[in-house]
Amino acid sequence: MDNPTLQHEMKELRNQFPALNQTVYGRPLVYLDNAATTQKPQRVIDSISEYYSKWNANIHRGAHYLANASTEKFEATRSALAEMLHANFREEIIFTQGSTDSVNMLSTILENEVNEGDEIWVTEMEHHANFVPWQVLAEKKKAVFRYVPMTASGEWDLDYAKNEITERAKIVAFNYVSNALGTINPIQELIALARNAGAYVVIDGAQAVAHFDVNVQALNCDFFLFSAHKMYGPTGLGVLWGKKELLEKLPPYRYGGEMIQKVSVTGTTFNVLPFKYESGTPNIEAVIAFNESISFCHEVGRENMHAHEYFLLKTATERLKEIDGAFVYADLPNKVGVLSFNVEGIHSADIGTLLDQQGVAVRTGHHCTQPLWEKLGTTGSVRASFACYNTVEDVELFIAALNKSVNMLR
Amino acid sequence: MIEQKQQEIIEEFAFFEEWMHKYEHIIELGKEMKGLTDNEKKDDLLVAGCQSKVWLKASLQENGTVNLEADSDAIITRGLVALVVSVFNQETPQDILNANIHFMNDIGLVSNLSQTRSNGLAAMVKQILLYATVFQAQQKSN
Repeated sequence: MDNPTLQHEMKELRNQFPALNQTVYGRPLVYLDNAATTQKPQRVIDSISEYYSKWNANIHRGAHYLANASTEKFEATRSALAEMLHANFREEIIFTQGSTDSVNMLSTILENEVNEGDEIWVTEMEHHANFVPWQVLAEKKKAVFRYVPMTASGEWDLDYAKNEITERAKIVAFNYVSNALGTINPIQELIALARNAGAYVVIDGAQAVAHFDVNVQALNCDFFLFSAHKMYGPTGLGVLWGKKELLEKLPPYRYGGEMIQKVSVTGTTFNVLPFKYESGTPNIEAVIAFNESISFCHEVGRENMHAHEYFLLKTATERLKEIDGAFVYADLPNKVGVLSFNVEGIHSADIGTLLDQQGVAVRTGHHCTQPLWEKLGTTGSVRASFACYNTVEDVELFIAALNKSVNMLR
Repeated sequence: MIEQKQQEIIEEFAFFEEWMHKYEHIIELGKEMKGLTDNEKKDDLLVAGCQSKVWLKASLQENGTVNLEADSDAIITRGLVALVVSVFNQETPQDILNANIHFMNDIGLVSNLSQTRSNGLAAMVKQILLYATVFQAQQKSN
C-alpha cells in the first residue's frame, strides 16, 4: 500500500493546482474538503480564460466562425464524456447545472411513469439531493416513498432490500459512494434487485467519478449523474447520462430556445437528443473547460488516484485512532478517501473552527445527509476528504492540528 | 451602555495576540456561562443553526429591561453566545433596537456572524431584535 513512487508522482501534481499554494491565517493551506469540491488544475483555469479571450460565441445556432469554433469545442466535451462513461451514444450525455439539477430533472421527467401506490426507493445513506426530489415526487403522485436502511457500520442492509424491493418499485435511486462516509456501495447488487423488479435505476455518481472508472453499459443502469466540480472541473455544471430509448420517450424538462424543432402559434415540436434537454444558453465555458478535467483524470489515471487517496485514508485513520475518544464512522475496507469522525464529548463544529484557524479545511456537520446521522444517533461529524494532490505531509499537519484542537476543547 | 460593553470586549480581546489564546478565552466563556437547563433546550427556544444549535430565552422584566438566557451545543458557539448575551442583557428594548453591533468584526470573528448561517449567531442577534420589537410594542400598549 505504501508506494513511494506513486506518492512522489502525486505530490508533483500539486504544482498544477495554484489554489493549493497559499497560506490562510498565515499558515499553509491544507485542503481536505475535496468531497465538497476539488481544486482546479491550471489547464482548467486557462481553458475558461481562453474561452472568453478567444472563442466566446453562442453555440449551435450561429452561422459564423466563432460560433462554429465554440460549438465544436463544446461538443468535443460531450464526446469525451461518452467515452469516459462508455456510453453507447454521445447524445445520451445531457449537460445540467449539477447533480442536484440532474436529479430534479429526472424526478420531473419521470413523473408520468409513477402512479398511485407505486413505490419510489432510495437508501438511508442518500445526499438530500437524491432524497428530497424523490420524496416530493412520491407525495405528489400518492406513491409510497421507501428506503433501504443503513446498518450501524455504514453499509446498506441488502437483505432488507432483497425482501422488500418488489414489482411495486417504480424507481430505485441510490448513491455509488456515500458523501458523508466514503463507503463504496455494492451497487451491482442493488441494480440487479431493481432490474428484477422492473424499476428505473438511477445512480448518483457524484462521489465516484473522481476515484474510479465508470462503465454505464456494464452497470446496466438507466440513469447516471454527477457534477463536474467534484472531479477537478468547473462549478455549475453537471452531467446526466440516460439510456437513449428512455430519454427519447420521456417528456422535456425545461421549455425554451434550443430545445425546439418548430414553434408556431398552433403548437411546438421538440428537438432531438441531447438538445431536447438543453434549453437556453448553457454554461459553455464550463463545458469546454471540463474537457481538460476529463483529460487530467485520464492522464493521471483513476487507479493511481484511488490507490494514493486510499493510502492517505488508511494513514489518517490509523493516526486518528491514537487520539483519545476519537472514533471513525464506516471504518470499512471498501472506501474512497473520506474520513468521517467525531471525538467523544466534543462538537464537530468546534473541531472544524479550530482546524480552520490552523489552515486545515474540512467539512463539519450533517453533510446534507440528515437521515444517515439520525440512524447513527448523532447530528453530524467532521469529514476530512482526500484528493489526488494531497500528501502524507497534509495528513501529518491535519493530525497535529486536530490534536491541538482537541486539547484546547477538553 | 451597549456601546460601552462592546468597547470592553474589544479591549479584552486586544490583549490576545495569538489566535489560540483568543479561542481559549472564548471556550472559557462558554464553559462559564450558566446557560439553559436540558428541559429548556427544546425546539420552541431554538433560534436556528445548521451545524451548531443556539437556544434563546428572553423576557421583559418589571424594570423595563430585557433578560436574556441562551445556550449552544458547541462550546465555541456557546462562548460567542455568552458575548452576545452580555452585550444585550439587562438593556431596554429601545436601547437594543438602537444599538450598532460591531464588536464581532472588531475582535476578528467576523466570519462567525456575517455570511455563514452555520453557527446560528446571526439568527440569534436577529431573534433578540425581534424580541426587543415585540417588548417595545408591549411597553407602548401598557
